[in-house]
Amino acid sequence: MWRFVASRLLQAIPVLITVVTLTFFLVRFAPGGPFDGEKAVLPEVKRALEAQYRLDQSLWSQYLSYWGDLLQGDFGPSFRYPGRSVNELIAAGLPATTELAVYALLVAVVVGMGAGLAAALRPNSWRDYLPMALAMVGICMPTLLLGPLLVLVFGIELEWLPVSGWGDLPGDKILPSLTLGAAYAAYVARLTRGGMLEVLSQDYIRTARAKGLPEAVIIGKHALRGGVIPVVAFLGPAFAGLLCGSFVVETVFQIPGLGRLFVQAAFNRDYTMILGSTVFFAVLIVVFNLASDLLAAWLNPRVRGALRGQT
Amino acid sequence: MTDPVSVKQEQGTSLWQDAWWRLRRNTLAVLSACLLLVMALACIAGPWLSPYGYEEQNLLLGAAPPSAVHWLGTDGFGRDLLTRILYGGRISLMVGLIATGVALCIGVTWGAVAGYFGGRIDAVLMRIVDILYALPFMIFVVLLMVVFGRNLLLLFFALGAVEWLTMARIMRGQVQALTQQEFVEAALSLGLSQRVILFRHLVPNALGPLIVYTTLTIPSVMLLEAFISFIGLGIQPPQSSWGSLIADGVETMEEYPWLLIYPGLALSVTLFALNFLGDGLRDALDVRAAKD
Repeated sequence: MWRFVASRLLQAIPVLITVVTLTFFLVRFAPGGPFDGEKAVLPEVKRALEAQYRLDQSLWSQYLSYWGDLLQGDFGPSFRYPGRSVNELIAAGLPATTELAVYALLVAVVVGMGAGLAAALRPNSWRDYLPMALAMVGICMPTLLLGPLLVLVFGIELEWLPVSGWGDLPGDKILPSLTLGAAYAAYVARLTRGGMLEVLSQDYIRTARAKGLPEAVIIGKHALRGGVIPVVAFLGPAFAGLLCGSFVVETVFQIPGLGRLFVQAAFNRDYTMILGSTVFFAVLIVVFNLASDLLAAWLNPRVRGALRGQT
Repeated sequence: MTDPVSVKQEQGTSLWQDAWWRLRRNTLAVLSACLLLVMALACIAGPWLSPYGYEEQNLLLGAAPPSAVHWLGTDGFGRDLLTRILYGGRISLMVGLIATGVALCIGVTWGAVAGYFGGRIDAVLMRIVDILYALPFMIFVVLLMVVFGRNLLLLFFALGAVEWLTMARIMRGQVQALTQQEFVEAALSLGLSQRVILFRHLVPNALGPLIVYTTLTIPSVMLLEAFISFIGLGIQPPQSSWGSLIADGVETMEEYPWLLIYPGLALSVTLFALNFLGDGLRDALDVRAAKD
């Protein structure tokens, strides 16, 4: 088990090196310096600023010192907001994004697994077709359309829920979470249905039935554990998608999270912020993929060997 | 062989005939294909046939609800929404097709080379794919658009560069399995060059799963484009794509809901059709690899 963890962690190293290098040089190639466009700066002030941001050094030594800071967990100062570090900005945006992602994941797991189970227990009946048709809608409906539509119906027409904002009103987290979670709920429903149908046709389930165990025990204790493995394996990569999806949702609902910060940084050419958040996202994605692989392996020891071969 | 009536000529069916037959029986897939065809034709011909230009403003009219003159209404500048949707459809479909084509070219070559030559070449090429797989690519597309400006051509390539990885994996698996078969040995013994064997004989045989995955890649590329345009980094006004039209519609959805609903309908109906067609093709060609 530890060898598996260690080898996966080792695989993460080239990924992170690639992310940092690619982003660093890409950002440096961008036309226009970070202090352009502001009112004219005195030459000595500009020189002092450049010294502070290490822009007076060679590209190579900038790159090396960025790595030095990074290894100490320091993303450097923000180009756009003088006096604030990228760490502070990320720390400011993280709570809202995490909360949103957790709620969305909750929506995905609870709704998705519920619907998938209902479908798998009565295959080829309306209880199967209805949730699966809805899942197809959920997969095809883009977040950037679903969010505004939900706002239009529940926020503007019915006036049940707030239109935007975060944390001011009790109901304002419902629509963003639903919007972000819907597509994942749809995938989870399809995976749960597929996984459960496969498990339910296995011999050990027939044995359990033959022993006369109550259906609830068969499903809840024996079938579910095997049936949710595809779902667990999906959740890690899904988290990466949740982060990117949160760009849209945070923009639509005006949530002060990481996604909105990143989009703003991109527009403002806040290079250190772009660099920092990209690296931060990459680390998160690597960590979550690892966690979901480990969880899947823990649920099914047979997966462990298979996982070692691929990424 | 005495009774000619009982001797029926056994008609062989090829894989493709078989798949075609199965696909035709899938009503949903056929409907989707027809719908896509109609949508594509409308997007190609529509802007020419329309009496309005996509950027033709009518400020006196302003935003008007759907009527006999403007079938889907007009936006805040008095531009005909139907024309703009069809024009935007051209760009959205073009992004989907070209970016997928780019992904296909890179992915097929990469995967075929890795699968055919094997050994160290395979290890290096697939290692690179593994590493790229773990990158937050969405962020890189945003980054590219910021760094190099909002260029339509760049958008095609950036989106294509995101999607080729899975294609390379599928192709490699296919070619690896096919390389073991006798016809490759036969081709080798005939003295054909490696390039001819690879691209004339191996790639066409590996197309099935690739076609399926391609149909499923187009919607995801279109979705990415919509997202990029939605946050304001893709298509710039006065041009339009479905993503940018939805973004515009969101801003005024309280007063003029049709500006959100019709572009949204166009995008989601197309995505639906592509997904159903992809599913239908997957069943018809009996492909398991493209299921995830």
